[in-house]
Amino acid sequence: MKLVIAIVRPEKANDVLEALYRAEVRGVSMSRVQGHGGELERVETYRGTTVKMGLSEKVRLEIAVSEPFVEPTIEALCESARTGEVGDGKIFVVALERAIRIRTGETDHGAVTPVGK
Amino acid sequence: MPALAAGVDTGDTAWMLVATALVLMMTPALGLFYAGLVRGKNTLNTFMMCIAALAVATVMWALVGYSFAFDEGNGIIGGFDHVFLKGVTFAPREESTIPHLLFMAFQATFCILTVALVSGAVVERMRFGPFMIFAALWSVLVYAVLAHWSFGGGWLQEKGTLDFAGGIPVEMGSGFSALAAALVVGARKDYGRQALLPHNAVYVLLGAGLLWFGWFGFNGGSGFSTGNPSVLAFTNTLLTPACTLVVWFALDLLRGRRVTAIGAATAIIVGCVGITPAGGFISPGWAMVLGAVAAVPSYAIIVLRPRTRVDETLDVLAAHGVAGLTGILFIGFFAQMKWNDVSDGLFYGDAGQLGLQALAALATPVYAFVVTFVLLKVIGLLTPLRADEHDEAVGMDVTQHGEEAYATGEGAILITPESGAEAERPVADPV
Repeated sequence: MKLVIAIVRPEKANDVLEALYRAEVRGVSMSRVQGHGGELERVETYRGTTVKMGLSEKVRLEIAVSEPFVEPTIEALCESARTGEVGDGKIFVVALERAIRIRTGETDHGAVTPVGK
Repeated sequence: MPALAAGVDTGDTAWMLVATALVLMMTPALGLFYAGLVRGKNTLNTFMMCIAALAVATVMWALVGYSFAFDEGNGIIGGFDHVFLKGVTFAPREESTIPHLLFMAFQATFCILTVALVSGAVVERMRFGPFMIFAALWSVLVYAVLAHWSFGGGWLQEKGTLDFAGGIPVEMGSGFSALAAALVVGARKDYGRQALLPHNAVYVLLGAGLLWFGWFGFNGGSGFSTGNPSVLAFTNTLLTPACTLVVWFALDLLRGRRVTAIGAATAIIVGCVGITPAGGFISPGWAMVLGAVAAVPSYAIIVLRPRTRVDETLDVLAAHGVAGLTGILFIGFFAQMKWNDVSDGLFYGDAGQLGLQALAALATPVYAFVVTFVLLKVIGLLTPLRADEHDEAVGMDVTQHGEEAYATGEGAILITPESGAEAERPVADPV
């Protein structure tokens, strides 16, 4: 079991969700985050005040998957979120100690496997 | 007693001053309405297209547009006698009781609003620069010409086609131009693939409400006096949209079992548009019927259009083109001499009036569509009309204007001239 955490461009979020769906990866949490990688700052101007937007908008996805799904998930993420420019984001894969489905009390593998599989 | 040109009526002038301001407010109101209908990342750009209309359409109107619309000229287009507002003074125009200058200003606000309306077809993808070029040229080549046809002594007006407040130039003109613009500019990148939802329904409702409020000046002012036609049109502007709302609620209930807020806002617009051409010509009773009738074709198009590949994004064709066409034709059936002192429709014994209305309903869409199509094709040859895929994905607010509607300010670093950061400016987002 792994927890896959991906930080991607917000404008790519829909493509990513679509790709995950196609890869039959279900069960995703998504949040909007602000962060900074290596990309250039964006400059904005408000009534003559010029500011450098040091943090850029990103989307963070958290996906808990069983072992056979780790590689397909990473592949789907990489393909759908890539533009080739700096700022495409990162994927972190973390070992997952336990997982419990609240409704049924199923644990671990059963909990991260979609219902009806 | 302040100076007053001969033939000017103070009451009429007072009302028209207010009406002009009311109509001008409709353009930012439309901006709010449109901004709520797009995704959050395109809020400012969408609003700014309406603000751009306030800028370029006004300037073009004063330079040449007014002359082409309201100078005598020929049946198709006005002449050059009022170019740069030459001869537009305090003295009223023929058969008018308000200063010519005020008449020009009132008509200018119509031109501005109509240009802003067309933007609804191309939001979320058209570049701001080319849009401004388009707006400037469109306001003269399409709006001024159609205004001449219907109000400025052009061929439709000569024949006796009735259009009280702009069903021809404003509503049909914008609606069918919007269809052409959507076809030339093309669909949004994600159109038909992802749900592209309105990001703020409250803006949409407030925008629609303010538009209705402004519409009292739009229709009520189109009698150019405080006389009966103005009062009739003013009151009909209350009655018609209310009936459209009721029917729209019913259609929503039939179709989805829920009355929707975006639907209600749209219904207000459709009702106001429907009564625009007919306001001063039909009885309050028929105005209410018109409100109910106008809901149906516009509703049908709003339901069916998204199933096509035509990304006429904010449904200007349905809400303005088709509702305006309904109103224009409705005059032909139910105009009543008893109420308007001008003409009867088919229902009251004059079939000829319906023919004249049908003529406008055929000629206007064709002219608006063809000229807009060609105009955008030509501009497209000189400069790309659309933002590239990356810019469209990031959002037009940041890429076109370098601002965000909902900036958090977190992580923003102030650039002062002393810091020297001004010297080498990082580009907006890496490309």
